Amino acid sequence: MMRIKINGKVRRVDAHPMKRLLDVLREDCGLTGTKEGCGEGECGACTVLLDGVPVDSCIVPAAHAEGREVVTIEGAAALRTGPALQDAFVAHGGAQCGICTPGMIMAATPLRTGDSLDEIKTAIAGNLCRCTGYPAIFRSIQSALKRRKGRRGIRA
Amino acid sequence: MARAVGRNVRRKDGDAKVSGAAKYIDDLTFPGMIFGSTIRSTIPRGAIRARHIELPADFVVADYRDIPGPNYVALIDPDQPCLAVGEIRHVAEPIVLVGHADKHALIDINTRVRFDFQPLEPNYDPEASDVCFKRIAIDKGDLERGFADADVIIEGEYRTSHQEQLYVETNGVIAVPSEGAMTVYGSLQCPYYVHKALVVLLNLPPERVRVVQTETGGGFGGKEEYPSMLACHAAILARKAQRPVKMIYDRVEDLLATTKRHPSIVRHRTGVTKSGTITAMDVDVVMDGGAYATLSAVVLSRGVIHAAGPYRCDHVRIRGRAMMTHTPPNGAFRGFGAPQTQFGVEVHLDRIADQLGIDPVKLRAINALRPGDTTATGQKLGKDASALPVLRAAVKRSQFARKRRQWQGTNRGIGLSLFFHGSGFTGGGEVKLASKASLELTATGARILVASTEIGQGTRTMHAQIVADALGVPYDAIEVHEADTAFVPDSGPTVASRTCMIVGKLLERCARDMRTRLGRMTPAQYFRKHGSFTVTSQYEPPPGLRWSDDTYAGDAYGSYAWGCNVVELEVDPVTFEVTPLNVTAVAEIGKAIHPMMAVGQIEGGTAQGVGWALIEDVVMRDGRMANAQLTNYIIPTPMDAPRMEVGIVERPYRHGPFGAKGVGEMPIDGPAPAVINALRHCGFDLRALPATPERLLAEGRRLRTAGGR
Repeated sequence: MMRIKINGKVRRVDAHPMKRLLDVLREDCGLTGTKEGCGEGECGACTVLLDGVPVDSCIVPAAHAEGREVVTIEGAAALRTGPALQDAFVAHGGAQCGICTPGMIMAATPLRTGDSLDEIKTAIAGNLCRCTGYPAIFRSIQSALKRRKGRRGIRA
Repeated sequence: MARAVGRNVRRKDGDAKVSGAAKYIDDLTFPGMIFGSTIRSTIPRGAIRARHIELPADFVVADYRDIPGPNYVALIDPDQPCLAVGEIRHVAEPIVLVGHADKHALIDINTRVRFDFQPLEPNYDPEASDVCFKRIAIDKGDLERGFADADVIIEGEYRTSHQEQLYVETNGVIAVPSEGAMTVYGSLQCPYYVHKALVVLLNLPPERVRVVQTETGGGFGGKEEYPSMLACHAAILARKAQRPVKMIYDRVEDLLATTKRHPSIVRHRTGVTKSGTITAMDVDVVMDGGAYATLSAVVLSRGVIHAAGPYRCDHVRIRGRAMMTHTPPNGAFRGFGAPQTQFGVEVHLDRIADQLGIDPVKLRAINALRPGDTTATGQKLGKDASALPVLRAAVKRSQFARKRRQWQGTNRGIGLSLFFHGSGFTGGGEVKLASKASLELTATGARILVASTEIGQGTRTMHAQIVADALGVPYDAIEVHEADTAFVPDSGPTVASRTCMIVGKLLERCARDMRTRLGRMTPAQYFRKHGSFTVTSQYEPPPGLRWSDDTYAGDAYGSYAWGCNVVELEVDPVTFEVTPLNVTAVAEIGKAIHPMMAVGQIEGGTAQGVGWALIEDVVMRDGRMANAQLTNYIIPTPMDAPRMEVGIVERPYRHGPFGAKGVGEMPIDGPAPAVINALRHCGFDLRALPATPERLLAEGRRLRTAGGR
């Protein structure tokens, strides 16, 4: 039995310790917002935060998350940058088919106001999108980072 | 009330997609559901001599003997078996299906089910093949006379390779059986294609088969025909197991087994005068169809119709053939044959410009199709023909002339391409489809009922905008029913840049009819008084549209969208790596119903085209994709994406909804030739894709002089 804090709540997970964190989230916890694109850590669709750091949950064994904190797209609204990013991905066309979107948003959550385009690109460098060609994703993230506190925005 | 068309309204599916609430096929589960796996051939050609299947009783096993109807995937030609009987024509051909309640029990299933094969010699060269799926001939004017009028005749051969659609969500379906009926949920573009295939294969009446599209994580053509095969597999297994069956491909299986863009060989022989007027075009197109016909005939059709490019020429001969080879079938991919043939003509045009010593912009401007001109099939173009406006806009915006001059002789290059793309099905295709769309009055507005699928491009939003304005109600008053064959009429497939121009127009007509019936009442007032009603509209060709399948002459498409790309890039002089710096993409699309989503289509298609040009390399070894992983089949990442500047030009098409034409496919027609032409500006004479460093090193013989020869 493993204990993993997921989206603010401690859960007891009865799974094989080598089960992929992705499968634990999707199958054992019913959190299907995290997606699988390649199963080998190349596409980033399964990105979640592990102790605040974006990881590919398809190559993280569940045991590695034991006693630690995981945040998925379902918990993004509680993050400092989450709501602004979620809103901006709709408002600025960052989400098309939407399959990369949860991972893309999670990878972008550690960014801060004032971060440059290069820093944005680096943050999501491990996340593939086939629909947008990326400019709309850059615009979405830039817009979210520009907002000020009090307007559902991000505090630097 | 603010109009919806032309505004960036909030997309209908946006909030569910950013919160994780949107349900894709792998997010669904059904009571008693088991998992299915496909056992495939490991040889490219031969016969199955023996099957060794000894599995415990908790496995469900099905093969061709479990198919109640005829054993083929109904599409165009009934040549592709759903499950192989004896003959094997390609690697990864499906033979046996295995199901189990625990998906982990299926992980090593390939080692537990084995076959003895009798191999035969495979053929991978389409030109050496003796099986032709389709031949097409287009003739206009008198070719010999055209060549007699020429000062120079220039020849060239251009090759393109496979490309993988690489939707980030792999193919997947769930089949749910019930007494004498079957329901299939899945990630797919064309619910009624899947429906037709299931009706035939299961030998069921149409009303006993139901297909429901789930949220779909990208398609790009890759979920046009293949889901029919996968749905048939899941349905066979579900029928045998009498339980719901989920089949989701992992990335490796998706890359090995599903369709790719047709490789092509295009040969040009072109007559031109010294001043740059094209007098004759002789074009030969060969497409590699892979092992079964699937959609090759129609891919070839769109390919040959676009093979002369957006240029006026009185004397044209185009010959095309789609040939069988022993690789998995090639199929639909954004652009559908047109990117291949327009790659050929656009690279050829820059070679002509070099030989004549004429500026490539000037050569195109001399020959570009204008309103009133006729295309290769003899179609007289309307006022919305926009080759020149997009060319001028892109050249000006990118400062093409200045950069062309300044970068001459450096490792920086700039190149362009001019292209067009017919909207809707080719020729008589739309008449044969006879698509329908319906609109149902609700208590607050109206509900759209169409089989057109949302695959990221914004179908639901764009359709709702058209209906809102035509009905005269707010955008938020329009709902969109999911694409479920039990409820929506057959609006045709979601392909061919037809969802806005054709299906959108049907919806516009529905909305206007509904408005007439409402009279002075609002939908809410009418609903309270009389209840709901539904309006249906069926496709009728615009008056005067003519086409002959026999002579391949006439109005190939209702209308065309037009595009011009300028690519700026840099070549590393040591590693030969190419960095695309900037792409200027100008597109004339009639009317941008949702400008932001239209830009999204253009940027996304452009990036996909740049990927095809530079880095996407399907390595086929012994008929098998050797790099069937995202580790070594590389697509553009956020770090690779060039800067893009998009310009939209609107010249309304009279029969499109609010003047709109198609936009989805065209953006991928232009980037590859523009990249190769920019490399030519750097001194590399390439005639094939992709322009990897290895190819630049091996084939890119440096042109001798600045400006080339």
